[in-house]
Amino acid sequence: MAEYKLIGKDYTTPDMLAKVTGRSKYAEDFRAEGMLFAKLLLSPMPHARVRRLDTSAAMAMPGVEAILTADDLPEAEAPQEAGLTNEPLYEGDPILAIAAVDEETAAEAIEAVEIDFEPLPFVLDPMESLRPDGPNARLDGNTMAGRDLSTIKWNNVDWNEFDRGVMPLGGEVTDEWQVGDVEAGFAEADLVLDESVFSASLSHQPLETRSAMAYWQNGKCYMHCSTQSTARTEGGMARWIGVDPEDLVLITEYCGGGFGSKISANIQARVTALLSKKAGKAVMHRVTRQEENFFGRARPGIQARAKFGFKSDGTIVAIDLVHVQDGGPYGRSGDFMSAADQASLMYQPDHMRMRGITVYTNTPPKGAQRAPGGVQAVAMFAPIVDKAAKQLGLDRLEIIRMNAPEGQALFGRPRQGQQGNVSSAFAKEAIDKAREDFDWDGMQARSKQRNGTKVTGVGAAISSYSAGTSGIDGLLVIRPDGQVEIHTGVGNLGTESFSDTSRAAMEALDTPWEQAEVVWGDTSKHLPWSCIQGGSMTTHAHTRSNWAAGLEAKKRLQEIAADRFGGSSDSFQVADGRVYRGGQSLSFAQAAERAIELGGVYDGSELPEDINEMTTRSATALQGRGLVVAIKDNYETGGRNMSYVIGFAEVEVDVETGAVKLVDYKASADVGTILHPTNLVAQVHGGGVQGFGVALGQKWVMDPQWGLHVAKRFYSNRPPTILDVPHDKEMGFSSPNLPDPFSPIGARGVGEPPVGAAAGAVLNAIADALGDDVYFNRSPIMRDMILTKLSPELDEAHNPLSAHV
Amino acid sequence: MGDVEHTQLQVVEESGVSRRNFIKGVIASGAAVSASNYVLRNGHGVALAQAPGAVERLVTLTVNGQQRRVDVMPQETLAMTLRYKLGLTGTKIGCDRAECGACTVLIDGVSHYGCSTLTHQVRGREVMTIEGLESADGTLHPVQQAVVDKQGFQCAFCMSGFVMNMVELTNENPNATRKEAAQHLSGNICRCADYNRILTVAETALEYTRNGVRS
Repeated sequence: MAEYKLIGKDYTTPDMLAKVTGRSKYAEDFRAEGMLFAKLLLSPMPHARVRRLDTSAAMAMPGVEAILTADDLPEAEAPQEAGLTNEPLYEGDPILAIAAVDEETAAEAIEAVEIDFEPLPFVLDPMESLRPDGPNARLDGNTMAGRDLSTIKWNNVDWNEFDRGVMPLGGEVTDEWQVGDVEAGFAEADLVLDESVFSASLSHQPLETRSAMAYWQNGKCYMHCSTQSTARTEGGMARWIGVDPEDLVLITEYCGGGFGSKISANIQARVTALLSKKAGKAVMHRVTRQEENFFGRARPGIQARAKFGFKSDGTIVAIDLVHVQDGGPYGRSGDFMSAADQASLMYQPDHMRMRGITVYTNTPPKGAQRAPGGVQAVAMFAPIVDKAAKQLGLDRLEIIRMNAPEGQALFGRPRQGQQGNVSSAFAKEAIDKAREDFDWDGMQARSKQRNGTKVTGVGAAISSYSAGTSGIDGLLVIRPDGQVEIHTGVGNLGTESFSDTSRAAMEALDTPWEQAEVVWGDTSKHLPWSCIQGGSMTTHAHTRSNWAAGLEAKKRLQEIAADRFGGSSDSFQVADGRVYRGGQSLSFAQAAERAIELGGVYDGSELPEDINEMTTRSATALQGRGLVVAIKDNYETGGRNMSYVIGFAEVEVDVETGAVKLVDYKASADVGTILHPTNLVAQVHGGGVQGFGVALGQKWVMDPQWGLHVAKRFYSNRPPTILDVPHDKEMGFSSPNLPDPFSPIGARGVGEPPVGAAAGAVLNAIADALGDDVYFNRSPIMRDMILTKLSPELDEAHNPLSAHV
Repeated sequence: MGDVEHTQLQVVEESGVSRRNFIKGVIASGAAVSASNYVLRNGHGVALAQAPGAVERLVTLTVNGQQRRVDVMPQETLAMTLRYKLGLTGTKIGCDRAECGACTVLIDGVSHYGCSTLTHQVRGREVMTIEGLESADGTLHPVQQAVVDKQGFQCAFCMSGFVMNMVELTNENPNATRKEAAQHLSGNICRCADYNRILTVAETALEYTRNGVRS
């Protein structure tokens, strides 16, 4: 492995001091002169039409300055949302917004709005909408077939089967693919497990709600909002508010968590900006926790039939999946597709088929949540693989290992009959190292040990997910004061990749980090085109683009030195903030002065043609400020970039109360080269704890009669607390730390796969504690499910495939 | 994490009109007065100023060792006063209903949820926020130094609440174990959820408290 001075080393990130002293400013921490406050009128019903709306009394109230309704917005093309609507599709769907001198006045004005709703049919569970006489969530259909809204009912299936908790086969789907021949695959199999499984919807719940503050000056909109990605928020938001991207200034230096729910522009900030425009004053919209629960997005649940065929040695030969995904009311989310892709990658079957459909429901909008589809795949399928190991008498880690991807493994939906490949996979190396580091044999020895009413269970699970992209731009400026400004358009939601990836540029320049200044989070500071801060792409994409920018800067410095001292540029070295050959030396400061004099490719006057328009705009604005380097990552990719995490959980299940205590959790991560060790571990463990929530009780409950949420706050939908995680000793971590061979530095992303790994490991550990054939086929596992399972005389409280119960 | 019966409480609680109105008033009024500079200019605030209880609005608070004169509505929460009157935005509001702890501050050295403490209750008491921890010479509090040294927290929206609660812990029980630290910090939620690192930060902060900062 290459010797690096910065890569793979811990350091203090440039945002740390501001955060720890309270000086960091998030969207709601900004103030503007004459700032108004906004409140929303939310739909009290899951599906309705606004029959009559009279805002005159509200508007006449002293202090009320503007009211924005759906009629003020261009209509969104179905199934997209506009931000305000006259046909709300879920409880909490915003109808209108009021800006007033203070929040109390705005709230009172909301109460003064005269509004009458005509209730419309609604549906909460996707399966209910597929029934022949089931309601549709939308008036224009219950699914998207291709590019069109349409209605699909499962008229030809046996619904009695579903009522017994079995996903019926043969219903119409909108998407399907097959590799190999699943029937032939099952014919080869020695063991076939045919299961109906369910993974529940759950909200993202970042601790910072999506509050926003916006104002307009001279035709420009200034917006303080909460987003994961700065550069990639600009275009969408500019379109939504009807301005050119250069007339939108986004200030987004700190984002209080997103987990996929704030990847780019969010629709509620649009409402704030347009309300501000209408009022002619700055508007602050403080989104409440309950509002965040309504419109802050959610991971969609998936109800599935999963048939796995195994050889007696544990090899998975065939997988056949039928997925029904909760689509929420708007948009189009493809979790069920990526769930199948990840199953294909994790288990590498020769024969696989996926048939699936997304069905709209009158539940909060769905969106990408940290490993969208990937987490559901692990939660649904890891227990099936685990069960097979037990039935075949195999080691439960070995069955994961033997099926895990290696090298440039093929996977997923085929294109033109051919599956794509990953750039690299060291999952088996990660498993081998973890088996030793975590003492899997010792863990296994504690399986089923009983202590009073408590029984120990152990489990492991693999999780894979996307971890990179390519073709992104790098932009840096070596200034006449010798500092290296590294510009980045990725956001800062705490993954620190905006800074961690900037170190690649300094590594290429062989110059101390202290000489770097990272510029991020404010589009008026001239940011380059970046990838979205989602899908764990930034680490891979931006180590590449910043490495390219660093090398390009090095080349230009060598040319400047050759111009000054003569000889070939290759004869000069770059290190420690200087370009030199023997005693002939220019500091970065001197070279930057010279770059400005030279102009052309040195000061940003001449830019590469293949960089993005946004980068061109930013680099042009920086022209003349020093040695300006803008460059596109044109390195080869080697395939799709995926990372792999294997989770190991140990639980104690109280068989009298059904309580589950997580005793220990450890994870091994194949993420290519480790970029920033301490942050990597934080991602793996933090994601792991979110996975505990998936496995152990973070869910929705909705009232089926009225279609309303009954678990809409933290204390009722219960994300994990510090007491829900192992807390008498540190959680473990391990990594093979092997570089992806197709990227300079070889770092892949990590944010996504830790969640599923933990969820799967915990689900398997609970099953292990309870017996050799006690699987729930449903997540989260609630106490009542455990107690019912242990008491055959008790009926299950609900259909095991039902959503939102 | 999840017991269904909690949701029943939710329904009952939210059907209570008086509580809902109280909460609504609390949430909204802080902002009302936060904008009091503007409010009072346009006359709308004059009506508010004549509301019952208005006579006691002008109070002196001690925040981070400084006396601050501030106009406070009777139902205004400390979190809103700090954020919108005193410019101390390091105290965050994550839920505004005593669920998440992002707004945790110290009152006479004891941790409180700022969203659920009325500002009028803290008259004559010492309020400490995250902005008050750093020394004038820039020396960080041992808890802050532990966060920096361990690269603690991610998005950090929960950080100031956790840090203030850890300050209380290091003052109260510098010999606390990791497990005791978890108990102490259990009123704070972190959604990036690296509680493991948070506990390591707490252990480091306790160690710095006992033996001095070593970084």
